[in-house]
Amino acid sequence: MPDGKLTLITGRSLKQGTGLNKGKDSSEYREAVTTVEMNGGDMTRLGLCDGDLVKIKTSHGEATVQCRRAELPEGMAFIAYGPLSSCLIGAETHASGMPDSKGLEVEMERIS
Amino acid sequence: MLRIINGEVYDPLNGVNGEVRDVCAADGKIVSEAPDGKVIDAQGMVVMPGGIEFHAHVAGGKVNAGRKMRPEDHREMAIPRTPLTRSGVGHTVPSTFATGYHFAQLGYTTVMEAAGPPLGARHVHEELNDIPILDKGFFVLMGNNYFVLKFIAEGDFARLKDYVAWLLEATGGYAIKIVNPAGVDTWKWGRNVNSLDDPADTFPVTPRQIVVNLARVQQELGLPHTIHVHCNNLGVPGNAQITLQTMQAVGDLPIHVTHAQFNGYGGTGWGDFHSGAPELAAYVNEHKNVTVDMGQVVFGPVTTMTADGPWQYRLYQLSGHKWVNCDVEMETSAGIVPYRFSKRNAVNAVQWAVGLELALLIEDPWRVFLTTDHPNGGPFHAYPDIIKLLLDRDHRAEVLEGVHRGAQKRSSLKDLHREYSLFEIAIITRAGPARALGLRQKGHLGPGADADIAIYSKAADPKEMFARPRYVIKAGEIVAQDGRIVQDKPGRTFYVAPGYDRQIESAIRDDFEKYYTVSFENYPVQFDHYLPHRVAVSCVRE
Amino acid sequence: MQIDHVVCAFCGCVCDDLTVTLEDGRVTGVKQACALGRAWLLGHSAEADQPPALIDGQPASLEEAVEVAAQILSQARYPLIYGLSSTYCEAQRQAVALADLLGATIDCCTSVCHGPSGIAMQVVGEPTCTLGEVKNRADLLIYWGSNPAESHPLHFARYAVTPKGLFIPRGRKDRTVVLVDVRPTASARAADIFLQIKPGRDFECLWALRALIRGLDLEESAVADTGLTLAQLQDLAGRMKSCRFGVLFVGQGLTQSRGKQMNTAAAFMLVRDLYAHTKFAVIPMRGHGNVTGIDNVLSWQTGYPFGVNFSRGYPRFNPGEFTAVDVLGRGEADAALIVASDPVATLPRVAARRLAQIPTVALDTHGSETTKVARVVITTAPAGISAEGTIYRMDNVPLRLRKFLPSPYPSDEEVLGRIVERVTQLRARN
Repeated sequence: MPDGKLTLITGRSLKQGTGLNKGKDSSEYREAVTTVEMNGGDMTRLGLCDGDLVKIKTSHGEATVQCRRAELPEGMAFIAYGPLSSCLIGAETHASGMPDSKGLEVEMERIS
Repeated sequence: MLRIINGEVYDPLNGVNGEVRDVCAADGKIVSEAPDGKVIDAQGMVVMPGGIEFHAHVAGGKVNAGRKMRPEDHREMAIPRTPLTRSGVGHTVPSTFATGYHFAQLGYTTVMEAAGPPLGARHVHEELNDIPILDKGFFVLMGNNYFVLKFIAEGDFARLKDYVAWLLEATGGYAIKIVNPAGVDTWKWGRNVNSLDDPADTFPVTPRQIVVNLARVQQELGLPHTIHVHCNNLGVPGNAQITLQTMQAVGDLPIHVTHAQFNGYGGTGWGDFHSGAPELAAYVNEHKNVTVDMGQVVFGPVTTMTADGPWQYRLYQLSGHKWVNCDVEMETSAGIVPYRFSKRNAVNAVQWAVGLELALLIEDPWRVFLTTDHPNGGPFHAYPDIIKLLLDRDHRAEVLEGVHRGAQKRSSLKDLHREYSLFEIAIITRAGPARALGLRQKGHLGPGADADIAIYSKAADPKEMFARPRYVIKAGEIVAQDGRIVQDKPGRTFYVAPGYDRQIESAIRDDFEKYYTVSFENYPVQFDHYLPHRVAVSCVRE
Repeated sequence: MQIDHVVCAFCGCVCDDLTVTLEDGRVTGVKQACALGRAWLLGHSAEADQPPALIDGQPASLEEAVEVAAQILSQARYPLIYGLSSTYCEAQRQAVALADLLGATIDCCTSVCHGPSGIAMQVVGEPTCTLGEVKNRADLLIYWGSNPAESHPLHFARYAVTPKGLFIPRGRKDRTVVLVDVRPTASARAADIFLQIKPGRDFECLWALRALIRGLDLEESAVADTGLTLAQLQDLAGRMKSCRFGVLFVGQGLTQSRGKQMNTAAAFMLVRDLYAHTKFAVIPMRGHGNVTGIDNVLSWQTGYPFGVNFSRGYPRFNPGEFTAVDVLGRGEADAALIVASDPVATLPRVAARRLAQIPTVALDTHGSETTKVARVVITTAPAGISAEGTIYRMDNVPLRLRKFLPSPYPSDEEVLGRIVERVTQLRARN
């Protein structure tokens, strides 16, 4: 398995929610939706420190975000709903109306 | 102004039985003369007051969950948009616009929603307001309400009375509805009651106490409609006994036993299941304080929905179909299960016979009303079929031949030769419901009545006649003609305001704030928003 | 000035006991609200801080914007109306009327939040209850793929975990709280038991629980892929069977993961099975403001809760065909009206990009990613602050949103009403 392969979960976060109300151009919202959270072990393995920029790639698109250590299981990454998470998700809904928004296979790469 | 001439008029409340006479309307009311204006020549036609749907589930959370869960039902019946009307869907759980149009197309101009939880009253009104053309009202579920049980348990009748009055005003409701009293309360823990003397759980009060106390409250508040009771043990073999006991329990107090068909069974199980209609009819015939409605079964698909949570669970177990349950805090529950009544099923055949037996065995047509408990026994648009079964005994015998033998062996239907007259049909679909609801301006064609009129061609086949009125007039204006909607306008909402001692608010506030999840202040509906076209029906205290 | 019993329109909790202080046309104080509700209420004022409308990025009057919007929508061959979660029912009714008039497709945020729960309900039904039943009776709470601590911050305190209830005299002490999720979310702190499952294994876990509750013997290997041990699942099944009143709250962890409606259907069936042993309910944790309201309005007006198409003159429903992501992702919609929602920020990129390619009309209280790409933007008054109407809580309890702050902007209901009126005129002319 290549090093940077992780399972991405997108979801709501409190900061994303409160930031939403301060306006989508507010720094709080921007920060909330442009940060990916990862397990410490994965970060070390990929040579990442808090605040480093990483590129996340899926078969649907890619996004450049900051990373941050968080309490997550190994192999998992989390990003709040927002314009960047949307770039990673495809429009196929398998006749449900719902895109595959959780459990995405992603490739994570450090931007030096 | 409008003048309908040469029609054969059936107006039972005014004793008019098929006489040819003019009916005039001005400013939305029936008047004795209308010299100018449009003239409808009703030569060869029958003129009746607009139909009154006495008991149907057409609006509110439970109905909407039924719509939402049944896309397969709607695909049976699409109703396209026209330049005048909104689009919609049927079939057993039609959308709101379709409900209004479809009732109007059948000559109905008033509909009562049979069961709304107080906490969902806004929802009921929002939907009623989206049912076009018809006038309407709704019955408020109270038979398992926390405060009703509490005040009965405490023997505090004065507070019970004030609470009921307060609740009717807080919800913009019309009447006291009781569903499986005490049983729904125990369902909150997954149980049920099965006798009139089994206690509820939250407070140790029995179905008997609940029904009798609320019947007294209805009388003392002078509410226009009696208590409206869905008895215990609905749907279960042998339940005619508890229905009889419920009627006996209230003594001389007025009571309406709703969809009596579903509570009119004999036997001890599905094996010896048979009709209990003769016993019920005999009691009703002897007791003028009792009214019933049929709850007639119509073969085909239905969507069963009641506040009777434990019954709906049982029907889910029996049928294996999909099942919705929703328990509502402090007040009630609801269940929904799609079902299909089959001619080839012995139990279903008996159920079909029981409704007809009730209509034929109860001698006084003023005390039995045509309903299907829509959409439980069948969709309301089957009314013309049922009317034909009542009018024509040969047709009835023919239909009976085509259903499971059980209907002949386990009911008295084959021996009943009575045929309804058009006058009697006008009673069970209009005049009787209006009188039982206490709606004095409805159900008749005397001066001062609302000018709601249905005009039918005298076709050879009564089903065709009643399925497609030539004209339907609501508040003096033609709304449907030959099965087409020609005018789309909002109807009005009836409510009651019996008045209460304001002390009741402090008496309930403490428990309300502890056990509800909405603020006391946010509970009552805002009349200006949810009953924009409202009519208060007066209460006459004894 | 102080206003009590304010109803909060931000999330599906619809808390109705907030106190708001007003000074000089601004909300200056909010009590009893969570961080989300507070930010929402403090984020609006009575000032005209934005132009009433924009057409191609240039300030315009409301009248001009309504005219262009009506032209765009009536000339379109396959218009889409979408959003509607953060507005009130009276406005939603106008939006459905417009869709009916246009022969449009109308979809709401349900399709990307609990649409799969709606589909599951259509397949198997749904045994549920209002939140007061949870407060008054529930001694076992299971949160599955739901993170209320961040999505519905007051849920635990107001409705479920800590409050005392009629049959729960000691509150928190009388309840057991279980969290099932793929990661230890902020909600894990509120739970007695946290069960971490593997991503995409929700269905397998739920099905294993169904088997255990039915008394079937399972081998450890049957649950090997779930992330849980057989003993953990047996323990949970035992708790579910032996509680007095259990509630399973399902979140987007189920609806957005592999399996989607199959996951929620499995959850609903699991709860249904539990009626053989005890009383149980399932409650989808509906998210945004009045998303439950648009579900209801669509259902009573059209028979279907989301993804409704009127192109044949009557309502049709087909998730995957008439849902927004699909209609946009396949490039079918040729014009769009977005109300009280920001799909450009939240829908998959392909779908969002389509909104920038076609003429889009957006009604919102604030600028958003969608207003940035919209051809016509109309500023409207925020629901529950400067516009009043009906809102449905996640458990379908309807409440009345009030208007306590004047707004220079019209309500969604008024703007949509004017578009309906103008489109009706344009139709009559053709």
